[in-house]
Amino acid sequence: MSSHVTPEPSYLVDTGTRKGLLAWLTTTDHKRIGLLYLYSMMTFFFVGVGIGFVMRLVQLTTFQKLVTAQTYNAMFTVHGVIMIFLFVVPGLPAIFGNFFLPILIGAKDVSFPRLNLASWYFFVAGAILAVLSLFTGGGAPDTGWTFYAPFSLKTGTNVSLAVFAAFVLGFSSMLTGINFITTIHRLRAPGMKWFRMPLMCWALYSTAWIQLLATPIVAITLVLVILERFFGIGIFDPAKGGDPLLYQHLFWIYSHPAVYIMILPAMGAISEIIPTFTKRPIFGYKAIAFSSMSIAGVGSLVWAHHMFTSGMSSVATMVFSLLTMVVAVPSAIKVFNWVSTLYKGSIDFQPPLLFALTFIFLFCIGGLTGVMQGALAINVHIHDTYFIVGHFHYVMFGGTGMALFAALLYWFPKMWGKMYNKKAIYASWFPMFIGFNMLYFGMMILGMMGMPRRYYVHLPQFHFMHVFATVGSWFLVLGLIMFFGTLLYAIFKGEKAEDNPWGGVTLEWTIPSPPPVENFDVIPTITRGPYHFDQETKS
Amino acid sequence: MSGHVHRDDFGSRLGMWLFLVTEMVLFGGLFIAYSYMRYKYPADFHHGGAELNATLGVTNTLVLLTSSLTVVLAIVAVQRAEKQRAIAFLSTTLVLGVTFLVIKGFEWGAKFHHGLYPNAPHLATMPPGEQVFFGLYFTMTGLHGVHVIAGLSLLGVMLWWVVTDRIRQGRYIHLENSGLYWHLVDVIWIFLLPLFYLAA
Repeated sequence: MSSHVTPEPSYLVDTGTRKGLLAWLTTTDHKRIGLLYLYSMMTFFFVGVGIGFVMRLVQLTTFQKLVTAQTYNAMFTVHGVIMIFLFVVPGLPAIFGNFFLPILIGAKDVSFPRLNLASWYFFVAGAILAVLSLFTGGGAPDTGWTFYAPFSLKTGTNVSLAVFAAFVLGFSSMLTGINFITTIHRLRAPGMKWFRMPLMCWALYSTAWIQLLATPIVAITLVLVILERFFGIGIFDPAKGGDPLLYQHLFWIYSHPAVYIMILPAMGAISEIIPTFTKRPIFGYKAIAFSSMSIAGVGSLVWAHHMFTSGMSSVATMVFSLLTMVVAVPSAIKVFNWVSTLYKGSIDFQPPLLFALTFIFLFCIGGLTGVMQGALAINVHIHDTYFIVGHFHYVMFGGTGMALFAALLYWFPKMWGKMYNKKAIYASWFPMFIGFNMLYFGMMILGMMGMPRRYYVHLPQFHFMHVFATVGSWFLVLGLIMFFGTLLYAIFKGEKAEDNPWGGVTLEWTIPSPPPVENFDVIPTITRGPYHFDQETKS
Repeated sequence: MSGHVHRDDFGSRLGMWLFLVTEMVLFGGLFIAYSYMRYKYPADFHHGGAELNATLGVTNTLVLLTSSLTVVLAIVAVQRAEKQRAIAFLSTTLVLGVTFLVIKGFEWGAKFHHGLYPNAPHLATMPPGEQVFFGLYFTMTGLHGVHVIAGLSLLGVMLWWVVTDRIRQGRYIHLENSGLYWHLVDVIWIFLLPLFYLAA
C-alpha cells in the first residue's frame, strides 16, 4: 500500500488551465476518456433498452396500436445498431480498457493519448450519424442490423447514413485497438513480463488484434453498400452479375469475430474479479491467457455458421460447423478455470462476485445453445427464429452485459472513490435475474415452437409465451433502473471508499481512489505474477 | 492533461505498422471480392482487362515507384541534415503523386466517354461479368485514388514541417511514418496493376 505523503490531486479534479466541461472534452487522460465513453455508452444503452421494452409491449396484442409494422421494423434495426455498435462492441475495452489497462501494466497513460481522445470523437460522431439516420432521408433503416443485400440496396429508408455511421464507429474501434496493442508492447512497467500481466490485459490484447484484423473488412463492406446505393457498382446486385451471398460472407467475416470483441474483455474482467473474491491465485493462468488468443484465432474462422441456410455448398457448411464446435473449447477452458479458482477459495461474497457468477451461469446457457446451433440439423430448424434472439441475448447481455455490470461494481470504488449501497445492488439483482431468464428463456422456447424473429404479429399459440417474456422484460427493466439508480446515487452521495476495499492485489489497488492524474508517483517495478494473495497476507 | 512528455519512436512506428495492417485488410476485402468474381467470370474479366490501357497503367506504376524512392531519399536527406535536398525530394514526390492522379483522371475520363461506368446504359448491355469487372475497377482504383490523395495531403504537411524545421535531424518519425503510408499506397497499386490492366 502506497502511503502518499503529499496527496496528488485526483484525476477528477481539474488541474490544467481549462475547467469544467471543456477540460473533459479536451482531456487526453485515459481515465477521463474511459469515463466519457462510459457516460455516452450508458445513455445509448438506455435508449436501446427503451426500444426493446416497447418492442416487447407490441407483442402484447393490446398494445399493438403503439407502433405500425414499418416502425416495428425500424425499431428492431435501431435496437440492434445501438446495442451492437454503440454499446456491446466498444463496451468493456473502451470503458475499462481505457481506464485500467495503463494502470494494470504500471503505465501513466496509453501510447497515443491524443489518438485516444480522437477515437472517442469518432465514437461520438458515429453515434450522432446513427441518430440522424433515424430522422432524415427516407426514415429509419428497416433492414435489421445486418444490412443484408439485396434488400439494403433497394430499400428507400436511410440505410446509407446508418451504414456510414457504423463505418465511423469502426474507425473508433480500430484506433483503440492500435493504441492498446502498442501500449501493451511498449509501456509495461519494468519487470512486467508478458506472463506477469493481469489477465484483463491478455483479454484486451487479443481483443485489440481482432479489432485490427476484422473491422476493416466490415468497413469496406459497408462502403460497398453505400457505393452500390449511390452509383450502382453491382458487386452485390445479381441483376448486374454481382452476388448477395458475397455480402453475407464479407459481413460475417467481421461480425462474427466481433462477437469475440464483445465477449473477450468481459472474460478478462471476470478473470480479475474471481481471484480477488476467493483470495486465491487464478487457476491455470497461462491456459486462460492462451485461450483468449485462441478464441481470437479460431473465432475468426467460424463466420459462415450464420449462413447455413443461405445456399452455401454442403462441404462449406460442414467445415464451418466443425470449426464452430472447436471454438467452444477455449471458452470452456476459461469456465473450468474460473470454477476451479472458486474451489476451496475463501469466498468473500460481494456484489461484484455475484454478478461475475451470474455471468458464468448465463454465459454457459448462451454458449451451449450456441454449440447447439453449430449442429447443422438443429440449425436449419431454428434458423431465424426467436431461439436465435434468445441465444444471443444470453451471450451478449447475460455474458458481456453482466460482466460489464460486474466490472463496474468491482472498479466503481476505484473510479469514483465512492462506495455504493451493497444491499440495494443485491436487491436489484433479483428482478434483473428473474426478468432476464423469463424474457430470454421464454424467447428460446418460442423459437423452438416455431416463432420467427422480426415478426410484427404472432399466431395465437405463441401468445402465452409472448406474454410471459414481456412480463419478464418489465422485471428486467425494473432491475436495471434499481441498479443504475444505486450507482448514480453513490457517485454523488456515496460514502468515501478505501483505496483497496476488496483486498485486491493487482496494481490498481496500490494507488489512491480515485487515482491521481499520473497514476503512479513512481513507476512500480514488478517482481512476481499478478495474483499472489499468500504473500500479501503474510506481510 | 498529462503533463509528462513521453517520446517513443519505436512505439510510433509500431502504431503506424498496425494501422497499415488495417489498410491492407481493408483492401483485402476487395481482393476477396475480386478473386471470387474472377473465378466466377474468367472470360469476362479477360475481355474487361482488354478494354483498359496497359501502357498508361504501367506508366503510372513507374511514376508511383519513383515517388516512393524520392520519399526514401527525402528521409535520408533529413537524417543527414540536408534540408534543401529533403525539400527538393519531397516536392518531387508530390509532383509525381499529382501526375499519377492526372493520368488516372484521363483514364477514367476515357472510360466514361465509352460508356463503361456503373449504371451506364452501354455497360448494362454487356455480359454480367464485365459489369462486375468495371464495378470492381472503379471501386478499387477509386479507393486507391482516395488513398493517394490522403498520402499526398500527409506528405504536404510533412513538407511544410521540414520547411519550418519541425522535422529535422534526429526528429523525423512523422516523416518516416508518412513515408510508410506512401509505400503502402504504392504496394497496393502494384497489386492492382496485374489484376486489372494485365488481366487480358
